[in-house]
Amino acid sequence: MGPAIPIPYTLRSLRSRWRSNLVAVAGIAGVVAVFIAMLAMAKGFQATLVESGSPKNAIIMRGGASTEMESVVTKEELRVISDAPQVARDAKNRAMASGEVVVITAFKHKASGSDALGQVRGVTPMALEVHDGVRVALGRFLNPGTAELVAGRNASEMYEGLKLGDRPRFGGLTWTVVGILDAKGSAYDSEVWADNAVLNQTYKRPLDIFSSVTVRLAEPSSLKSFKAALAADPRLTVSVQRENEYYASQSRMMTALIKVLGFLVAGVMGVGAVFGAFNTMYLAVSARSREIATLRALGFGPASVVAAFLLESLLLAFAGGVVGCAAAMPLNGVTTSTLNFQSFSQIAFAFRITPGLMAEGVAFALFMGFWGGLLPSLRAARLRVAQALREL
Amino acid sequence: MKFARLIWANMARGKVRTTLTIGSYAVALFLFGLLGAIQTAFNQGVEVAGADRLVARNKISLIMPLPVSYKERILQLPGVKCVTYATWFGGKYQDDKNFFPQFAIDTGTWLETYPEYEVPAAEWSAFLADREGCVIGRGTAEKYGFKVGDRVPIIATIFGGVWEFNVDGIYTGRRQEDDVTQFWFHGAYLEERRQWGKGMVGWYIVKVDSPDRAVSVSKAIDRRFANSSWETKTETESAFASGFVKQMGNIKLLILVIGGVVFFTLLLVTGNTMAMSVRERTGEIAVLKTIGFSGRTVLWLVLAESLAYAAQGGIIGLAAVKLYTLRGDPTGGMLPLFYLSGGRMALGLAVALLLGAAAGVIPAALAMRLRIVEALRRV
Repeated sequence: MGPAIPIPYTLRSLRSRWRSNLVAVAGIAGVVAVFIAMLAMAKGFQATLVESGSPKNAIIMRGGASTEMESVVTKEELRVISDAPQVARDAKNRAMASGEVVVITAFKHKASGSDALGQVRGVTPMALEVHDGVRVALGRFLNPGTAELVAGRNASEMYEGLKLGDRPRFGGLTWTVVGILDAKGSAYDSEVWADNAVLNQTYKRPLDIFSSVTVRLAEPSSLKSFKAALAADPRLTVSVQRENEYYASQSRMMTALIKVLGFLVAGVMGVGAVFGAFNTMYLAVSARSREIATLRALGFGPASVVAAFLLESLLLAFAGGVVGCAAAMPLNGVTTSTLNFQSFSQIAFAFRITPGLMAEGVAFALFMGFWGGLLPSLRAARLRVAQALREL
Repeated sequence: MKFARLIWANMARGKVRTTLTIGSYAVALFLFGLLGAIQTAFNQGVEVAGADRLVARNKISLIMPLPVSYKERILQLPGVKCVTYATWFGGKYQDDKNFFPQFAIDTGTWLETYPEYEVPAAEWSAFLADREGCVIGRGTAEKYGFKVGDRVPIIATIFGGVWEFNVDGIYTGRRQEDDVTQFWFHGAYLEERRQWGKGMVGWYIVKVDSPDRAVSVSKAIDRRFANSSWETKTETESAFASGFVKQMGNIKLLILVIGGVVFFTLLLVTGNTMAMSVRERTGEIAVLKTIGFSGRTVLWLVLAESLAYAAQGGIIGLAAVKLYTLRGDPTGGMLPLFYLSGGRMALGLAVALLLGAAAGVIPAALAMRLRIVEALRRV
């Protein structure tokens, strides 16, 4: 293959054609930024839901229901479930089983100025023990049997009238916000919690029913025997899922939507960027045919020429990838919200740009650079030396 | 036009570069069409909403029902032409992934309220006579291979159990944008089989005499039921639908912002290409001018070349994306209205030509101002 063309040569030729190189870098950077932004959104959304569930907990819904809103569990069933030996007991020897009522209601969304569907969860104080990722950050927890609310951090930010001390009206009642919950960015941060009996009453539901029951397992590994125990009980027709798995399934549709659209858009843009890189490299090759011929005449083999031009293209792509990462970086941690089709309510989530995601972005850039540079460098290698040198 | 051959010859000279430039336009316009289809899909409902239709739902929350007796009471209000209702069934077919909306409908008034849906008369009367019958949209029927005469089991997530329905008819939409993914069955059948919530329906769709009365009628409906135990919230169908669109909010915006970025990038790339090719042809342009071509003619020659790239690329890209959207929803059921309208394609072509003009204008101006003596000396 002959001696390798020195790297400083490649660097210098990149510098000498900086104007058209800048265009190629900008093109690739744009694609990478979009690619990262879309995936960061999908990742953030998924993480928000996945982190809502704990592997130590199990969620019980009526058999056949795929979301809490579709499910009904009676008080009698809750009692049976609580008695199962796999359910953990707290310090006061109460079963750690939290019957919860889930409804949606329209809140005024600050950003869009219109009504948005927010999830309201009817709970008892046991909910805080079972969901140990959730704590009261401001104020206090609601008193059972009263029209008091505690709002998740994001719900309080997202909607009007949910600040500490506010008195929002919905469902024919005037409520008082007595506390703000911090759920570490999980889906509970987008929820509003109320007393379950009061909520049932407001929504004209029978007083002794819940949407779901979440229990703390005595041993995380006892899910299987817990499931079997409930399935064997003739008084119950329920489905049992590990809580984190339930929440992961709740993110499935939205994550798929973002990913499909993201890949589609980034894919099409990627083709465009390959064209851009191709064009730049092609121009570089045709403008430098004499130079290439001189290199060949000096004894550098065709393979070295291909390597040098590919390197040039990959360097451009790498620069584009890095710039793209930097351009997407400010999005990291930005909180936004959308309607989750599956829970049919607004959910706030933060963009999440991980090092792995950035590496994927750079890899995507190098991929584009490789394909954009391959044909032009092959063309450079095939150049007929004598002819090129004659073309002065 | 007499220079068409000259322009053509110029384009045919650098085959790779020409292909790339046309390809870049094609990619950008493909993306333009794709973003347009995505936007339409997110805006579904809003674009198909009837201006003379109102949606009345429970004031507390959409998931709460309204009494079935409201139908007659709404019908008594002045300005109301007809009233129908539907209830969300929320079933799934075989698997969680197979989602399509199922409504238990008021069969007597449904088609009158939604004239955009067409069902063959024979199929519709078979449906009316069949208590366990259903009518399915063409889109859903094609996706799952449902045919008239099939028996379809639906797992009821809200009402419990597996419900079997006879497919009695397939409905289509009069317009391309109509939603053909729905599954309708008898509200009376739901009423008969449901174990709780009897006497309640999901929401009402109210057709008014004329769109001008939409606001006053919706206020009258809400007033009619104010302070009852089932208060209503009534709004026009488009307001109802755009409420959902607004909730999707940021995601749509983000996807659409990308479009702008791409066009800007494309402008840079093609502008660069045109500038390069003009610079390469400096000598030729000088010769053209020497033999009597005016500066203006040279300007038009370069511009026309740039526009020709844009037009060809635009047509290729738009044709490709049209073909792509004809394959239907890429997400498998989440965006039922995924299509590209003719208007948007025309807009796309206009945008392409505008880009072509913008990319060509600086190189063309350079060519026009080129001074023969200097240019020829450089050669």
